[in-house]
Amino acid sequence: MNREDFPILNNGKIYFDNAATTLKPKCVIDAMDKYYLEYTSNIHRGDYDSAVITNKLYDNVRNIVSEFINCDANTVIYTSGATHSLNMVVFGFMRYFLKPGDEVLLNKAEHASNILPWIKLQEEIPFTIKYIPLNEDYSLTLDNIKKCVTLKTKVVSLAMISNVIGDLRDIKSIGEYCHQNNIIFNVDGAQGIPHMKFDFKDSNVDFLSFSGHKMCGPTGVGILVGKYELLEKMKPIMYGGGMNSFFEEDNSYELKSIPTRFEAGTPAIAEVIGLGEAIKYLMNIGMDNIHKQEINLKKYFLEKVKDINNIIVYNKNINSGIIAFNIDGVFAQDTSMYLNHYGIAVRAGNHCAKMLKDEMNIKNTVRISMYFYNSFEEIDKLIEVLKNSKDIFKVVL
Amino acid sequence: MNSDLKREIIFDNYKEPMNKGLVEDESYLKANTKSDSCIDNLDFMMKIEDGIVKDIRFDGEACAISTSAASIMIRSFIGKSVEEVKNILENYVAMIEEKEYNSELLGELNVYDEISKQPNRKNCALLPMQAVEKMLNSLK
Ligand SMILES: Cc1ncc(COP(=O)(O)O)c(C=O)c1O
Repeated sequence: MNREDFPILNNGKIYFDNAATTLKPKCVIDAMDKYYLEYTSNIHRGDYDSAVITNKLYDNVRNIVSEFINCDANTVIYTSGATHSLNMVVFGFMRYFLKPGDEVLLNKAEHASNILPWIKLQEEIPFTIKYIPLNEDYSLTLDNIKKCVTLKTKVVSLAMISNVIGDLRDIKSIGEYCHQNNIIFNVDGAQGIPHMKFDFKDSNVDFLSFSGHKMCGPTGVGILVGKYELLEKMKPIMYGGGMNSFFEEDNSYELKSIPTRFEAGTPAIAEVIGLGEAIKYLMNIGMDNIHKQEINLKKYFLEKVKDINNIIVYNKNINSGIIAFNIDGVFAQDTSMYLNHYGIAVRAGNHCAKMLKDEMNIKNTVRISMYFYNSFEEIDKLIEVLKNSKDIFKVVL
Repeated sequence: MNSDLKREIIFDNYKEPMNKGLVEDESYLKANTKSDSCIDNLDFMMKIEDGIVKDIRFDGEACAISTSAASIMIRSFIGKSVEEVKNILENYVAMIEEKEYNSELLGELNVYDEISKQPNRKNCALLPMQAVEKMLNSLK
Protein backbone atom coordinates (compact mmCIF):
# COMPACT_ATOMS: atom_id res chain seq x y z
CA MET A 1 0.00 0.00 0.00
CA ASN A 2 0.94 3.68 -0.47
CA ARG A 3 3.63 2.74 -2.96
CA GLU A 4 3.01 5.91 -4.95
CA ASP A 5 4.38 7.96 -2.04
CA PHE A 6 7.89 6.56 -2.54
CA PRO A 7 9.70 7.98 -5.58
CA ILE A 8 12.51 5.43 -5.27
CA LEU A 9 10.12 2.56 -5.96
CA ASN A 10 9.95 3.72 -9.57
CA ASN A 11 13.36 2.11 -10.07
CA GLY A 12 11.69 -1.26 -10.37
CA LYS A 13 13.82 -2.82 -7.65
CA ILE A 14 12.45 -4.82 -4.77
CA TYR A 15 13.49 -3.64 -1.34
CA PHE A 16 13.24 -6.18 1.48
CA ASP A 17 15.85 -4.74 3.84
CA ASN A 18 13.59 -2.51 5.86
CA ALA A 19 15.02 -3.59 9.20
CA ALA A 20 18.31 -1.99 8.11
CA THR A 21 16.68 1.21 6.95
CA THR A 22 13.42 2.09 5.25
CA LEU A 23 12.69 4.02 2.08
CA LYS A 24 11.63 7.65 2.37
CA PRO A 25 8.32 9.05 1.16
CA LYS A 26 8.32 12.24 -0.89
CA CYS A 27 6.69 14.27 1.88
CA VAL A 28 9.67 13.65 4.17
CA ILE A 29 12.19 14.57 1.49
CA ASP A 30 10.16 17.68 0.66
CA ALA A 31 9.98 18.81 4.29
CA MET A 32 13.75 18.62 4.57
CA ASP A 33 14.31 20.28 1.20
CA LYS A 34 12.05 23.10 2.27
CA TYR A 35 14.20 23.77 5.31
CA TYR A 36 17.30 23.90 3.12
CA LEU A 37 15.70 25.86 0.28
CA GLU A 38 13.49 28.32 2.15
CA TYR A 39 14.43 28.93 5.79
CA THR A 40 17.86 27.55 6.64
CA SER A 41 18.83 28.87 10.07
CA ASN A 42 20.02 27.59 13.40
CA ILE A 43 17.70 27.00 16.34
CA HIS A 44 17.46 28.74 19.70
CA ARG A 45 19.35 31.91 18.89
CA GLY A 46 17.87 33.89 16.00
CA ASP A 47 15.45 36.81 16.01
CA TYR A 48 14.88 36.86 12.29
CA ASP A 49 11.91 35.36 10.49
CA SER A 50 13.46 32.19 9.15
CA ALA A 51 14.90 31.34 12.56
CA VAL A 52 11.48 31.71 14.10
CA ILE A 53 10.00 29.32 11.55
CA THR A 54 12.80 26.82 12.07
CA ASN A 55 12.47 26.96 15.84
CA LYS A 56 8.77 26.37 15.70
CA LEU A 57 9.01 23.42 13.31
CA TYR A 58 11.88 21.90 15.24
CA ASP A 59 10.25 22.18 18.65
CA ASN A 60 6.92 20.96 17.38
CA VAL A 61 8.38 17.56 16.57
CA ARG A 62 8.36 16.84 20.30
CA ASN A 63 4.58 17.29 20.22
CA ILE A 64 4.31 15.01 17.22
CA VAL A 65 6.32 12.30 19.02
CA SER A 66 4.24 12.78 22.14
CA GLU A 67 1.05 12.23 20.18
CA PHE A 68 2.56 9.27 18.33
CA ILE A 69 3.55 7.22 21.37
CA ASN A 70 1.59 8.95 24.14
CA CYS A 71 4.32 10.52 26.23
CA ASP A 72 4.92 14.02 27.58
CA ALA A 73 6.56 16.29 25.01
CA ASN A 74 9.13 17.51 27.54
CA THR A 75 10.44 13.96 27.95
CA VAL A 76 11.30 13.64 24.25
CA ILE A 77 15.04 13.98 23.58
CA TYR A 78 16.42 14.30 20.07
CA THR A 79 19.44 12.07 19.45
CA SER A 80 21.35 10.90 16.40
CA GLY A 81 19.66 7.50 16.46
CA ALA A 82 18.83 4.50 18.61
CA THR A 83 22.52 3.80 19.22
CA HIS A 84 23.02 7.29 20.60
CA SER A 85 19.86 7.02 22.70
CA LEU A 86 20.91 3.69 24.20
CA ASN A 87 24.38 5.04 24.97
CA MET A 88 22.81 8.02 26.73
CA VAL A 89 20.84 5.68 28.96
CA VAL A 90 23.88 3.58 29.82
CA PHE A 91 26.50 6.32 30.19
CA GLY A 92 24.22 9.14 31.35
CA PHE A 93 21.96 7.27 33.71
CA MET A 94 23.21 3.77 34.50
CA ARG A 95 26.75 4.97 35.22
CA TYR A 96 25.37 6.83 38.26
CA PHE A 97 22.68 4.32 39.16
CA LEU A 98 24.34 0.89 39.09
CA LYS A 99 26.37 -0.33 42.03
CA PRO A 100 28.90 -3.16 42.22
CA GLY A 101 27.07 -6.49 42.43
CA ASP A 102 23.88 -5.25 40.75
CA GLU A 103 22.50 -7.36 37.93
CA VAL A 104 21.49 -6.23 34.46
CA LEU A 105 19.45 -8.65 32.35
CA LEU A 106 20.09 -8.71 28.61
CA ASN A 107 19.74 -11.52 26.06
CA LYS A 108 21.84 -12.76 23.19
CA ALA A 109 19.39 -11.73 20.47
CA GLU A 110 19.98 -8.04 21.20
CA HIS A 111 21.59 -5.65 18.75
CA ALA A 112 25.20 -4.62 19.45
CA SER A 113 23.96 -1.22 20.60
CA ASN A 114 22.12 -2.81 23.51
CA ILE A 115 25.02 -5.01 24.58
CA LEU A 116 28.35 -3.31 23.96
CA PRO A 117 27.61 -0.14 25.99
CA TRP A 118 26.80 -2.38 28.96
CA ILE A 119 30.01 -4.37 28.51
CA LYS A 120 31.93 -1.11 28.38
CA LEU A 121 30.29 0.31 31.51
CA GLN A 122 30.98 -2.93 33.29
CA GLU A 123 34.69 -2.23 32.90
CA GLU A 124 34.06 0.76 35.15
CA ILE A 125 31.48 -0.58 37.59
CA PRO A 126 31.63 -4.26 38.51
CA PHE A 127 27.96 -5.07 38.02
CA THR A 128 26.89 -8.38 36.46
CA ILE A 129 25.42 -8.84 32.99
CA LYS A 130 23.13 -11.86 32.79
CA TYR A 131 21.81 -13.15 29.48
CA ILE A 132 18.21 -14.28 29.74
CA PRO A 133 17.93 -17.71 28.04
CA LEU A 134 15.75 -17.70 24.94
CA ASN A 135 13.04 -20.25 24.17
CA GLU A 136 13.52 -22.97 21.62
CA ASP A 137 12.11 -20.72 18.90
CA TYR A 138 14.52 -17.94 20.05
CA SER A 139 11.65 -15.92 21.49
CA LEU A 140 11.76 -14.27 24.88
CA THR A 141 8.81 -14.12 27.25
CA LEU A 142 8.07 -12.79 30.70
CA ASP A 143 8.54 -16.30 32.09
CA ASN A 144 12.14 -16.41 30.88
CA ILE A 145 12.75 -13.09 32.61
CA LYS A 146 11.12 -14.13 35.87
CA LYS A 147 13.41 -17.13 36.09
CA CYS A 148 16.46 -14.86 35.96
CA VAL A 149 15.39 -12.09 38.29
CA THR A 150 16.98 -12.00 41.73
CA LEU A 151 16.97 -9.40 44.50
CA LYS A 152 20.04 -7.91 42.84
CA THR A 153 18.35 -7.35 39.47
CA LYS A 154 18.21 -3.63 38.81
CA VAL A 155 17.67 -3.41 35.06
CA VAL A 156 16.00 -5.33 32.26
CA SER A 157 17.06 -4.06 28.84
CA LEU A 158 15.66 -5.53 25.64
CA ALA A 159 14.34 -4.81 22.17
CA MET A 160 10.62 -4.56 21.51
CA ILE A 161 11.20 -6.61 18.36
CA SER A 162 14.53 -8.36 17.81
CA ASN A 163 16.20 -7.51 14.54
CA VAL A 164 17.29 -11.07 13.76
CA ILE A 165 14.34 -13.22 14.73
CA GLY A 166 11.72 -10.50 14.63
CA ASP A 167 9.92 -11.80 17.71
CA LEU A 168 7.71 -9.28 19.39
CA ARG A 169 8.24 -9.14 23.15
CA ASP A 170 5.27 -8.51 25.41
CA ILE A 171 6.41 -5.08 26.54
CA LYS A 172 3.32 -4.32 28.56
CA SER A 173 3.42 -7.33 30.85
CA ILE A 174 7.21 -7.21 31.18
CA GLY A 175 6.90 -3.53 32.08
CA GLU A 176 4.29 -4.24 34.70
CA TYR A 177 6.43 -6.96 36.24
CA CYS A 178 9.54 -4.76 36.28
CA HIS A 179 7.59 -1.93 37.82
CA GLN A 180 6.27 -4.15 40.62
CA ASN A 181 9.78 -5.38 41.32
CA ASN A 182 11.50 -2.02 41.22
CA ILE A 183 13.46 -2.89 38.11
CA ILE A 184 14.30 -0.26 35.51
CA PHE A 185 12.92 -1.33 32.14
CA ASN A 186 14.95 -0.05 29.21
CA VAL A 187 13.46 -0.71 25.77
CA ASP A 188 15.16 -0.60 22.39
CA GLY A 189 12.31 0.34 20.07
CA ALA A 190 14.40 0.56 16.88
CA GLN A 191 12.53 -2.36 15.28
CA GLY A 192 9.29 -2.00 17.20
CA ILE A 193 8.20 1.62 17.05
CA PRO A 194 8.21 1.79 13.21
CA HIS A 195 5.89 -1.18 12.91
CA MET A 196 3.19 -1.01 15.55
CA LYS A 197 1.18 1.10 17.88
CA PHE A 198 2.86 1.81 21.17
CA ASP A 199 1.72 3.65 24.28
CA PHE A 200 4.57 4.85 26.46
CA LYS A 201 2.48 5.92 29.43
CA ASP A 202 0.49 2.74 29.47
CA SER A 203 3.53 0.49 29.28
CA ASN A 204 5.66 1.04 32.40
CA VAL A 205 8.68 1.47 30.16
CA ASP A 206 11.32 3.68 31.79
CA PHE A 207 13.45 4.51 28.76
CA LEU A 208 12.59 4.05 25.09
CA SER A 209 15.03 4.48 22.19
CA PHE A 210 14.37 4.50 18.46
CA SER A 211 15.78 5.71 15.12
CA GLY A 212 14.17 7.92 12.51
CA HIS A 213 15.62 6.18 9.48
CA LYS A 214 13.89 2.88 10.23
CA MET A 215 10.47 4.55 10.10
CA CYS A 216 10.45 6.48 6.83
CA GLY A 217 12.48 9.31 8.34
CA PRO A 218 15.98 10.54 7.54
CA THR A 219 19.26 9.12 8.84
CA GLY A 220 21.07 10.92 11.64
CA VAL A 221 18.14 11.45 13.96
CA GLY A 222 16.52 9.39 16.68
CA ILE A 223 14.60 9.73 19.88
CA LEU A 224 15.08 8.92 23.53
CA VAL A 225 12.03 9.10 25.75
CA GLY A 226 12.30 8.63 29.48
CA LYS A 227 10.15 9.00 32.55
CA TYR A 228 10.62 12.55 33.75
CA GLU A 229 11.79 11.58 37.24
CA LEU A 230 14.52 9.43 35.70
CA LEU A 231 15.57 12.09 33.23
CA GLU A 232 16.07 14.36 36.22
CA LYS A 233 18.72 11.95 37.45
CA MET A 234 20.30 11.42 34.03
CA LYS A 235 23.42 13.42 33.16
CA PRO A 236 24.29 14.68 29.69
CA ILE A 237 27.05 12.74 27.99
CA MET A 238 27.90 15.78 25.85
CA TYR A 239 28.49 19.37 26.96
CA GLY A 240 28.58 22.56 24.92
CA GLY A 241 26.34 25.17 23.38
CA GLY A 242 22.58 25.08 23.51
CA MET A 243 22.42 23.03 26.69
CA ASN A 244 23.75 25.47 29.33
CA SER A 245 22.16 28.50 31.00
CA PHE A 246 25.50 30.00 32.03
CA PHE A 247 29.10 29.17 32.87
CA GLU A 248 31.61 31.36 34.69
CA GLU A 249 35.31 31.78 35.27
CA ASP A 250 34.99 30.22 38.71
CA ASN A 251 33.94 26.96 36.97
CA SER A 252 30.35 27.31 38.00
CA TYR A 253 27.74 26.48 35.41
CA GLU A 254 24.08 25.69 35.12
CA LEU A 255 22.41 23.41 32.64
CA LYS A 256 19.17 24.15 30.84
CA SER A 257 16.05 22.24 31.70
CA ILE A 258 15.02 18.84 30.41
CA PRO A 259 15.12 17.86 27.55
CA THR A 260 17.36 20.64 26.12
CA ARG A 261 20.24 19.89 28.47
CA PHE A 262 20.73 16.58 26.68
CA GLU A 263 21.05 18.20 23.25
CA ALA A 264 24.45 19.90 23.15
CA GLY A 265 25.55 21.52 19.90
CA THR A 266 23.70 22.24 16.69
CA PRO A 267 21.39 19.30 16.18
CA ALA A 268 20.31 17.62 12.96
CA ILE A 269 17.66 20.26 12.31
CA ALA A 270 16.54 19.18 8.85
CA GLU A 271 16.44 15.58 10.03
CA VAL A 272 14.35 16.35 13.10
CA ILE A 273 11.88 18.19 10.87
CA GLY A 274 11.95 15.24 8.46
CA LEU A 275 11.30 12.80 11.28
CA GLY A 276 8.29 14.84 12.39
CA GLU A 277 6.92 14.62 8.88
CA ALA A 278 7.58 10.86 8.77
CA ILE A 279 5.69 10.29 12.02
CA LYS A 280 2.73 12.32 10.78
CA TYR A 281 2.81 10.27 7.61
CA LEU A 282 2.79 6.98 9.53
CA MET A 283 0.00 8.13 11.85
CA ASN A 284 -2.02 9.06 8.83
CA ILE A 285 -1.77 5.54 7.44
CA GLY A 286 -2.39 4.14 10.91
CA MET A 287 0.05 1.97 12.83
CA ASP A 288 -2.49 -0.83 13.10
CA ASN A 289 -2.89 -0.88 9.33
CA ILE A 290 0.87 -0.95 8.90
CA HIS A 291 1.27 -3.88 11.25
CA LYS A 292 -1.60 -5.76 9.68
CA GLN A 293 -0.17 -5.34 6.19
CA GLU A 294 3.25 -6.61 7.24
CA ILE A 295 1.72 -9.67 8.88
CA ASN A 296 -0.36 -10.36 5.79
CA LEU A 297 2.71 -10.10 3.59
CA LYS A 298 4.61 -12.44 5.84
CA LYS A 299 1.79 -14.99 5.91
CA TYR A 300 1.59 -14.85 2.15
CA PHE A 301 5.31 -15.52 1.85
CA LEU A 302 5.17 -18.44 4.30
CA GLU A 303 2.24 -19.98 2.44
CA LYS A 304 4.06 -19.77 -0.87
CA VAL A 305 7.46 -20.84 0.38
CA LYS A 306 6.03 -24.09 1.74
CA ASP A 307 6.21 -25.57 -1.75
CA ILE A 308 9.93 -24.98 -2.10
CA ASN A 309 11.59 -27.77 -0.22
CA ASN A 310 15.14 -26.48 0.03
CA ILE A 311 14.22 -23.29 1.87
CA ILE A 312 14.59 -23.37 5.65
CA VAL A 313 12.66 -20.67 7.51
CA TYR A 314 13.85 -20.18 11.11
CA ASN A 315 11.10 -18.00 12.54
CA LYS A 316 7.74 -19.07 11.11
CA ASN A 317 5.63 -18.25 14.13
CA ILE A 318 6.63 -14.77 15.03
CA ASN A 319 4.43 -11.74 14.87
CA SER A 320 6.34 -9.29 12.70
CA GLY A 321 7.46 -8.76 9.12
CA ILE A 322 10.92 -10.23 9.61
CA ILE A 323 11.77 -13.57 8.00
CA ALA A 324 15.06 -15.36 8.60
CA PHE A 325 15.88 -18.17 6.19
CA ASN A 326 18.55 -20.03 4.26
CA ILE A 327 18.61 -22.02 1.07
CA ASP A 328 19.72 -25.45 2.22
CA GLY A 329 23.48 -25.81 1.77
CA VAL A 330 24.02 -22.28 0.47
CA PHE A 331 25.96 -19.64 2.37
CA ALA A 332 23.72 -16.69 3.24
CA GLN A 333 25.85 -14.18 1.38
CA ASP A 334 25.70 -16.20 -1.81
CA THR A 335 21.92 -16.16 -1.53
CA SER A 336 21.81 -12.40 -1.09
CA MET A 337 24.13 -11.95 -4.07
CA TYR A 338 21.86 -14.22 -6.08
CA LEU A 339 18.76 -12.24 -5.15
CA ASN A 340 20.57 -9.00 -5.91
CA HIS A 341 21.07 -10.27 -9.43
CA TYR A 342 17.28 -10.08 -9.81
CA GLY A 343 17.03 -6.67 -8.21
CA ILE A 344 15.93 -7.97 -4.82
CA ALA A 345 17.61 -6.40 -1.81
CA VAL A 346 17.87 -8.56 1.31
CA ARG A 347 20.48 -8.87 4.01
CA ALA A 348 22.80 -11.73 4.84
CA GLY A 349 24.64 -12.03 8.10
CA ASN A 350 24.30 -12.16 11.81
CA HIS A 351 22.59 -8.76 11.83
CA CYS A 352 24.73 -7.18 14.53
CA ALA A 353 23.63 -9.80 17.04
CA LYS A 354 26.92 -11.62 17.04
CA MET A 355 26.23 -13.59 20.19
CA LEU A 356 23.11 -15.19 18.82
CA LYS A 357 25.15 -17.61 16.76
CA ASP A 358 25.96 -19.57 19.94
CA GLU A 359 22.29 -19.93 20.60
CA MET A 360 21.15 -20.74 17.08
CA ASN A 361 23.76 -23.16 15.75
CA ILE A 362 23.60 -21.34 12.47
CA LYS A 363 25.93 -18.45 12.13
CA ASN A 364 24.35 -16.54 9.32
CA THR A 365 20.90 -16.16 7.84
CA VAL A 366 19.27 -14.31 5.00
CA ARG A 367 16.84 -11.76 6.35
CA ILE A 368 13.80 -10.39 4.59
CA SER A 369 12.20 -7.51 6.44
CA MET A 370 8.94 -6.05 5.16
CA TYR A 371 7.35 -2.68 5.43
CA PHE A 372 3.84 -1.63 4.45
CA TYR A 373 4.86 -0.55 0.94
CA ASN A 374 6.03 -4.03 0.01
CA SER A 375 3.54 -5.84 -2.19
CA PHE A 376 2.24 -9.33 -2.78
CA GLU A 377 3.58 -9.08 -6.34
CA GLU A 378 7.06 -8.48 -4.97
CA ILE A 379 6.75 -11.62 -2.88
CA ASP A 380 5.61 -13.56 -5.95
CA LYS A 381 8.77 -12.44 -7.71
CA LEU A 382 10.92 -13.42 -4.75
CA ILE A 383 9.29 -16.85 -4.59
CA GLU A 384 9.84 -17.30 -8.31
CA VAL A 385 13.53 -16.53 -7.96
CA LEU A 386 13.90 -18.80 -4.93
CA LYS A 387 12.20 -21.62 -6.83
CA ASN A 388 14.88 -21.41 -9.48
CA SER A 389 17.68 -21.38 -6.98
CA LYS A 390 19.12 -24.65 -8.19
CA ASP A 391 20.85 -22.42 -10.74
CA ILE A 392 22.23 -20.19 -8.04
CA PHE A 393 25.90 -20.82 -8.77
CA LYS A 394 25.41 -20.17 -12.47
CA VAL A 395 24.27 -16.74 -11.41
CA VAL A 396 26.58 -15.82 -8.58
CA LEU A 397 29.81 -17.20 -10.02
CA MET B 1 39.57 -18.93 -20.24
CA ASN B 2 35.87 -18.88 -21.10
CA SER B 3 33.38 -18.09 -18.41
CA ASP B 4 31.88 -21.59 -18.24
CA LEU B 5 35.29 -23.04 -17.49
CA LYS B 6 35.98 -20.36 -14.90
CA ARG B 7 32.67 -21.03 -13.23
CA GLU B 8 33.37 -24.74 -13.20
CA ILE B 9 36.78 -24.30 -11.57
CA ILE B 10 35.35 -21.94 -8.97
CA PHE B 11 32.42 -24.22 -8.25
CA ASP B 12 34.59 -27.34 -7.90
CA ASN B 13 36.89 -25.56 -5.48
CA TYR B 14 33.90 -24.34 -3.49
CA LYS B 15 32.26 -27.74 -3.27
CA GLU B 16 35.46 -29.62 -2.52
CA PRO B 17 37.98 -27.12 -1.27
CA MET B 18 41.61 -28.07 -0.88
CA ASN B 19 42.90 -28.46 2.69
CA LYS B 20 39.72 -27.44 4.49
CA GLY B 21 40.02 -28.27 8.16
CA LEU B 22 42.68 -27.14 10.60
CA VAL B 23 45.25 -29.23 12.43
CA GLU B 24 46.71 -28.93 15.91
CA ASP B 25 50.27 -27.92 15.23
CA GLU B 26 52.18 -25.13 16.91
CA SER B 27 54.69 -24.84 14.07
CA TYR B 28 52.07 -23.20 11.82
CA LEU B 29 51.49 -19.47 11.46
CA LYS B 30 47.87 -18.46 12.02
CA ALA B 31 45.49 -15.72 10.89
CA ASN B 32 41.78 -14.99 10.84
CA THR B 33 39.91 -12.98 8.22
CA LYS B 34 36.91 -11.79 10.18
CA SER B 35 35.94 -8.43 8.81
CA ASP B 36 33.21 -5.96 9.43
CA SER B 37 32.37 -5.33 5.82
CA CYS B 38 31.49 -8.91 5.10
CA ILE B 39 30.29 -11.94 6.98
CA ASP B 40 32.95 -14.37 5.81
CA ASN B 41 34.91 -15.76 8.70
CA LEU B 42 37.85 -17.99 7.82
CA ASP B 43 40.80 -19.20 9.85
CA PHE B 44 44.04 -19.89 8.05
CA MET B 45 47.25 -21.66 9.04
CA MET B 46 50.48 -21.92 7.13
CA LYS B 47 53.68 -23.89 7.59
CA ILE B 48 56.91 -22.50 6.21
CA GLU B 49 60.18 -24.46 6.27
CA ASP B 50 63.48 -23.25 4.84
CA GLY B 51 61.72 -20.43 3.03
CA ILE B 52 59.30 -22.81 1.32
CA VAL B 53 55.55 -22.95 1.92
CA LYS B 54 54.98 -26.53 3.02
CA ASP B 55 51.31 -26.38 3.87
CA ILE B 56 48.34 -24.02 4.11
CA ARG B 57 45.03 -25.03 5.65
CA PHE B 58 41.80 -23.17 6.34
CA ASP B 59 38.40 -23.56 7.91
CA GLY B 60 35.29 -21.51 8.63
CA GLU B 61 32.15 -20.20 7.01
CA ALA B 62 32.33 -18.14 3.88
CA CYS B 63 30.73 -17.51 0.53
CA ALA B 64 31.49 -19.38 -2.68
CA ILE B 65 33.98 -16.81 -3.91
CA SER B 66 36.18 -16.62 -0.83
CA THR B 67 36.00 -20.35 -0.16
CA SER B 68 37.01 -21.20 -3.70
CA ALA B 69 39.67 -18.49 -3.72
CA ALA B 70 41.13 -19.98 -0.55
CA SER B 71 41.25 -23.40 -2.16
CA ILE B 72 42.80 -22.26 -5.44
CA MET B 73 45.26 -20.07 -3.59
CA ILE B 74 46.36 -22.96 -1.40
CA ARG B 75 46.81 -25.16 -4.46
CA SER B 76 49.02 -22.59 -6.11
CA PHE B 77 51.09 -21.61 -3.05
CA ILE B 78 52.13 -24.95 -1.63
CA GLY B 79 55.67 -25.82 -2.67
CA LYS B 80 56.54 -22.25 -3.66
CA SER B 81 59.13 -20.10 -1.95
CA VAL B 82 58.06 -17.19 0.22
CA GLU B 83 59.42 -14.83 -2.42
CA GLU B 84 57.40 -16.48 -5.19
CA VAL B 85 54.29 -16.39 -3.02
CA LYS B 86 54.76 -12.69 -2.37
CA ASN B 87 55.10 -12.06 -6.06
CA ILE B 88 51.94 -13.98 -6.94
CA LEU B 89 50.10 -12.28 -4.13
CA GLU B 90 51.06 -8.83 -5.38
CA ASN B 91 49.98 -9.62 -8.92
CA TYR B 92 46.74 -11.18 -7.78
CA VAL B 93 45.81 -8.13 -5.73
CA ALA B 94 46.67 -5.93 -8.69
CA MET B 95 44.36 -8.02 -10.89
CA ILE B 96 41.46 -7.70 -8.45
CA GLU B 97 42.10 -3.98 -8.06
CA GLU B 98 42.14 -3.59 -11.86
CA LYS B 99 45.77 -2.54 -12.02
CA GLU B 100 48.51 -3.87 -14.24
CA TYR B 101 49.56 -7.43 -13.49
CA ASN B 102 51.29 -10.41 -14.98
CA SER B 103 48.67 -13.05 -15.67
CA GLU B 104 51.26 -15.69 -16.46
CA LEU B 105 52.21 -15.84 -12.81
CA LEU B 106 48.68 -16.48 -11.63
CA GLY B 107 47.74 -19.80 -13.21
CA GLU B 108 44.32 -20.95 -12.03
CA LEU B 109 43.91 -17.78 -9.97
CA ASN B 110 43.13 -16.11 -13.29
CA VAL B 111 39.56 -17.37 -12.89
CA TYR B 112 38.87 -14.23 -10.85
CA ASP B 113 40.07 -11.82 -13.53
CA GLU B 114 36.58 -10.46 -14.07
CA ILE B 115 35.52 -10.24 -10.46
CA SER B 116 36.05 -6.48 -10.48
CA LYS B 117 32.89 -6.27 -12.55
CA GLN B 118 31.10 -7.15 -9.30
CA PRO B 119 32.61 -4.66 -6.86
CA ASN B 120 30.74 -6.18 -3.92
CA ARG B 121 32.62 -9.46 -4.47
CA LYS B 122 36.14 -8.05 -4.70
CA ASN B 123 36.56 -8.25 -0.99
CA CYS B 124 35.58 -11.93 -1.01
CA ALA B 125 38.24 -12.72 -3.60
CA LEU B 126 40.88 -10.84 -1.62
CA LEU B 127 40.15 -12.30 1.79
CA PRO B 128 42.32 -15.45 1.65
CA MET B 129 45.24 -13.45 0.26
CA GLN B 130 44.95 -10.97 3.10
CA ALA B 131 45.26 -13.84 5.56
CA VAL B 132 48.43 -15.08 3.88
CA GLU B 133 49.80 -11.56 3.82
CA LYS B 134 49.12 -11.23 7.55
CA MET B 135 50.95 -14.47 8.25
CA LEU B 136 53.91 -13.51 6.08
CA ASN B 137 54.12 -10.15 7.80
CA SER B 138 54.23 -11.86 11.16
CA LEU B 139 57.44 -13.59 10.05
CA LYS B 140 59.44 -10.38 10.23
C1 LIG C 1 17.10 -3.77 17.34
C2 LIG C 1 18.00 -2.64 16.96
N1 LIG C 1 18.46 -1.82 17.90
C3 LIG C 1 19.26 -0.78 17.62
C4 LIG C 1 19.65 -0.51 16.34
C5 LIG C 1 20.57 0.64 16.09
O1 LIG C 1 19.99 1.62 15.33
P1 LIG C 1 20.85 2.78 14.69
O2 LIG C 1 21.92 2.13 13.89
O3 LIG C 1 19.88 3.54 13.86
O4 LIG C 1 21.39 3.61 15.81
C6 LIG C 1 19.20 -1.34 15.31
C7 LIG C 1 19.63 -1.08 13.92
O5 LIG C 1 19.92 -1.96 13.15
C8 LIG C 1 18.35 -2.42 15.62
O6 LIG C 1 17.91 -3.24 14.67
